[in-house]
Amino acid sequence: MKTMITTVFLVMVTLQLFAQNGASTVTDSFYASGKIYVVVACVMVILLGLLIFLFTVDRRLKKLEKKSVTKN
Amino acid sequence: MYKSWWKILGAVLVVYSTIFGFLASVPKLPILYESIRNLYFHVPMWFSMIVLFSVSVFHSIKYLSSGNQSHDLKAVESVNTGIIFGILGIITGAIWAKFTWGQAWSFDVKQNFAAIALLLYFAYLVLRNAIDEEQKRAKISAIYNIFAFPMMVVLLFVLPRLSDSLHPGNGGNPGFNSYDLDQRMRVIFYPACLGWILIGYWIYTLLYRTRILEQKSNNNL
Repeated sequence: MKTMITTVFLVMVTLQLFAQNGASTVTDSFYASGKIYVVVACVMVILLGLLIFLFTVDRRLKKLEKKSVTKN
Repeated sequence: MYKSWWKILGAVLVVYSTIFGFLASVPKLPILYESIRNLYFHVPMWFSMIVLFSVSVFHSIKYLSSGNQSHDLKAVESVNTGIIFGILGIITGAIWAKFTWGQAWSFDVKQNFAAIALLLYFAYLVLRNAIDEEQKRAKISAIYNIFAFPMMVVLLFVLPRLSDSLHPGNGGNPGFNSYDLDQRMRVIFYPACLGWILIGYWIYTLLYRTRILEQKSNNNL
């Protein structure tokens, strides 16, 4: 009887353990309310901004290289 | 190096993999849940790093056989870019670990050896900094690079599989591809890898071209 009670008590303690809240209402409602698109939009702004920066650096380099070739 | 098509391809693939990485459906696995989407970002960082370090060791070998200084510049700039991707990989891995393993750094085998592999390449940069004379610097760092690369491969791929690890694919855990990297994920994951590898290679070429221009202007002074 004692072991039964202890076991039930310990099982109840383990229920408090969460490493993360994966299947929570937050993640589910993100999709349901369409808020995931906000995340996508933010990340796309950052990503496109960085990619455009890369393209401008590439173009500037091309111009400099052309100039240095004609100089020599 | 000067063509645009593969740069645009890399940009398109990264944009595609990011948008669909968030919007497409993913298998629902215990512990991971939605964080499995990090696969599309964390893993390509490491693949890009490995490709860049391979480029680097290739040019180090080429330098030792030809003595052509452009190979040395390519070797160092690809290491520079590779280190950036490696740091991003470790940071994204730690963030992911915080949510799945409970701590950002659990002194897991894979985490430790990934950090050590990066330190190997930091040492490459420190070694280069310590030598003033150009040709000697190039030669010694090329030899070091040829040692560092297989060590990195062993640290990242061999040793973690031989011991206990939390990381997927190591220490008795099934790799992601064994049973849960289903078609829905593969169709985004592979383009993501290719896209980020191309972007990484692009950044390396930009750094190298800058170096060449700097050198030219120094010679003209």
